[in-house]
Amino acid sequence: MSMARRNSWWGWLALLFGFGFLYLPILLVIIYSFNSSRLATVWVSFSFSAYSQLFNDRQLLDAAWLSLKIAFWTATASMVVGTMAAMAMTRFKRFPTKTVFGALVTAPLVMPEVIIGLSILLMLVSMGGLFGLPSKGQVAIWIAHVTFTLSFVTVVVSSRLQEMDRSLEEAAMDLGANRVKVFFLITLPIIAPALLSGWLLAFTLSLDDVVIASFMAGPSSTTLPMKVFSSVRMGVSPKINALATVMVLAVSTVAFIGWWISARAEKRRQRDRQLALQENG
Amino acid sequence: MSQTDKNAAGWRRWVPGVRASVIGVPYLWLLLFFAIPFLIVLKISFSKMAVAMPPYTAIVEYVDNAFNVNLNLGNYTALFTDSQYVLAYLSSIKIALISTVLTLLIGYPMAYVISRMSPSARNIAMMLVVLPSWTSFLIRVYAWIGILDSNGILNRWLMAAGLIDTPLQILNTPLAAYIGIVYCYLPFMVLPLYTNLVKLDHRLLEAAYDLGAKPWQAFLKITLPLSRNGIVAGFMLVMIPAVGEFVIPEMLGGPGTLMIGRVLWSEFFTNRDWPLASAVAVVMLVLLLIPILIFNRSQQRELEGKLA
Repeated sequence: MSMARRNSWWGWLALLFGFGFLYLPILLVIIYSFNSSRLATVWVSFSFSAYSQLFNDRQLLDAAWLSLKIAFWTATASMVVGTMAAMAMTRFKRFPTKTVFGALVTAPLVMPEVIIGLSILLMLVSMGGLFGLPSKGQVAIWIAHVTFTLSFVTVVVSSRLQEMDRSLEEAAMDLGANRVKVFFLITLPIIAPALLSGWLLAFTLSLDDVVIASFMAGPSSTTLPMKVFSSVRMGVSPKINALATVMVLAVSTVAFIGWWISARAEKRRQRDRQLALQENG
Repeated sequence: MSQTDKNAAGWRRWVPGVRASVIGVPYLWLLLFFAIPFLIVLKISFSKMAVAMPPYTAIVEYVDNAFNVNLNLGNYTALFTDSQYVLAYLSSIKIALISTVLTLLIGYPMAYVISRMSPSARNIAMMLVVLPSWTSFLIRVYAWIGILDSNGILNRWLMAAGLIDTPLQILNTPLAAYIGIVYCYLPFMVLPLYTNLVKLDHRLLEAAYDLGAKPWQAFLKITLPLSRNGIVAGFMLVMIPAVGEFVIPEMLGGPGTLMIGRVLWSEFFTNRDWPLASAVAVVMLVLLLIPILIFNRSQQRELEGKLA
């Protein structure tokens, strides 16, 4: 256990500035979502009118539903494939072209979105439906989203795989369990929180993407971010503030539940460890 | 004994299949949807725009029992001779570099202070750093429109405070794009810096203090050099995507903020010139190749759990 060091007053000031910078804009968006004025930046009086506008906008709700569906399937596929990549990176010491594999896994983390969107679209178009691949539409968006979110899942999961105590896996292997059994009975329960955060990360990344989706979208696959993007270009509107507030509320609830679950699991783990030590001692 | 042997045999029988598929599935996916698409972009960048679907000419044609190869270098000569494209590349790199340095200047003190907190406070503080990036990126950019607009919150407050008489024009200037990039990418800077700083061996600092070093001397001589890997990772994680950024300059920067991501977008969507858009992407990728390689190397060490 490394001890906490005392921070100087200017350190706290820098941290306070940083958090203020991060949170003030979001706070202002939330406050102004309760504004009755059509002009989103001039405060008039408190009202819920922006919310009733939001929940009566059929097109926006349809786009939101489509985005949620794509995000769900993206996160699920990304979690499975990303975990495989994380296992390959951390548990398999050497295999041919591992450096190529590593480069393929990490490059999407920083690749500009315009390049990912353009390249996957051109690939699907020039394949011209070979292997039943679509060139545009929801499935095309899903393929592109899995491709760019996979790396994020791999990073999250492999950092957990490195931290975990390998002796459990080795003990199970010594007792004769095969690798598949070891993975599902020992490794998976331990890295499950990381899988969950990887899933959530992929979900939010997919839900949030406007650039890649714009390249892949067909006429009937307008996602929520695309809708928001085109309406924001027209200017600030209270409806978008209301939408933002709903999203912030949803995200912080999910984040809080996730934090609570993992904190509880950690506490239980520590208690178990202490019990085990007492019994042995 | 025989039981163990059977288990060992069963274990070995499983290994090739499972191992091959655990590597193979992500490998194949990334080859098919990440690597091969780049080759196709490269190929199309050598063709010409055409009124057809897909809207470009074929490079290799089979005409009169012979293969014709039509390599068109026109897109590349346009990129390197038309000053509009050259300026767009240069200004993208400039905007990305300046905003990355600003992000580092704000992010480093945050990561440093958090890494020196108690373990439980650390986790909460890091959650607070990451939490905003879980809310929509688009919404966070949008938030700044309401703040920076000439009729926006910032100008109203400044005028009410009597600090300015006429509204400042910040929205639709490059300054707004800088603010947007720093704001959106700040967590990506703090995260790798924190992971690095939290591993710092405090005994080194204690030794330095014992030998009479001032806190700032110890920081410059020990903490800063040891956090080099975190700085490199954070810098690349912000700078590389910022070069190709489209949404932030489009929403905040106004027409005066020239960036290559916007050029690619308008070539593709407005002019429908897919070959030229591809050439723009290829040159962008070549420019980013060295930073990406540096990032990959540091990230791969991190993934395999090796210390620098």
